[in-house]
Amino acid sequence: MKGLKFIIAGLLFGIIMAKSEAISWYRIQEMFRFQSFHMYGIIGAAVVLGVVAVYLIKKFKIRDIQGNVIAFQDKDRTWPRYIIGGTIFGLGWALTGACPGPMFVNVGYGYWAMLVVIFGALMGTYFYGLLKDKIPH
Amino acid sequence: MLELLKQPWPWYISGAAIAFIMILLLVYGKSFGVSANLRTLCTIAGAGKKVKFFDFDWKTQKWNLLFLLGSILGGVVASTLLKSDEPLQLSAATISDLKELGIAFDGGLNPSQLFGPDFITSPKGFLILLIGGILVGFGARYAGGCTSGHAISGLSNLQIPSLVAVVGFFIGGLIMTHFILPLIF
Repeated sequence: MKGLKFIIAGLLFGIIMAKSEAISWYRIQEMFRFQSFHMYGIIGAAVVLGVVAVYLIKKFKIRDIQGNVIAFQDKDRTWPRYIIGGTIFGLGWALTGACPGPMFVNVGYGYWAMLVVIFGALMGTYFYGLLKDKIPH
Repeated sequence: MLELLKQPWPWYISGAAIAFIMILLLVYGKSFGVSANLRTLCTIAGAGKKVKFFDFDWKTQKWNLLFLLGSILGGVVASTLLKSDEPLQLSAATISDLKELGIAFDGGLNPSQLFGPDFITSPKGFLILLIGGILVGFGARYAGGCTSGHAISGLSNLQIPSLVAVVGFFIGGLIMTHFILPLIF
């Protein structure tokens, strides 16, 4: 089955998120209060290694498993969407302690209340689709 | 080995493992970003009939939905096979700050006070979780990505827009934590 590798990648991701405690509401509060290095260490280590990996992938024109050179898309260089959208996202992240990945990992972990957060996130995504052409990007 | 994996993982192992997942998806010819699934799920629910933003061939995102399904299973494995018996090592300062807000530290990943059956069945609790979710979903799509798409994938590719988005994540997070949470709780 072609999709199995994605399920396994997701399984590993879910385990990593839970075992690193990045799915913890408490840990997110600790992060936004600057009271522990833990979350900064996780994101920082991932980004440092990610920067090196992306650099090497570009430099050596590494190919993916379909044989295509791995390409990276540059984000659009506008600003309102990133700063306003990011701020709205941050408000929700600190309130629920969950960004989109951890919401789902938490449901698997047994925190059923996160289904309400997921339902809200789907509503929020839908509202964005409705308002997309009326708000500044 | 299993005993070792059951312990909470240190930050450097976790960070390296997240980078590995990002690289793995690149090698599979895909790009790491979880919140795109929220749009896909809206499309599957039929939102494309009314709103153009959702009118796309969701099958191109099937891989990402499978990844999402896997991450739920990862949560199941972490709470059973790999469950740690130790309470979360939250810093004393956070425990004391939260206590002032009236939120007790119970040693779990998430406070049962906020994610337990009593809170969610109260109108206030339900609304808090729902509105929190709406903010995350709206903000992620408005910003064009969430923690995985911007903070991990975007910053790894040295994208300034992603850095701006991450600054936004923190502006919002700090406002909620320091100014709004004390009003709510």
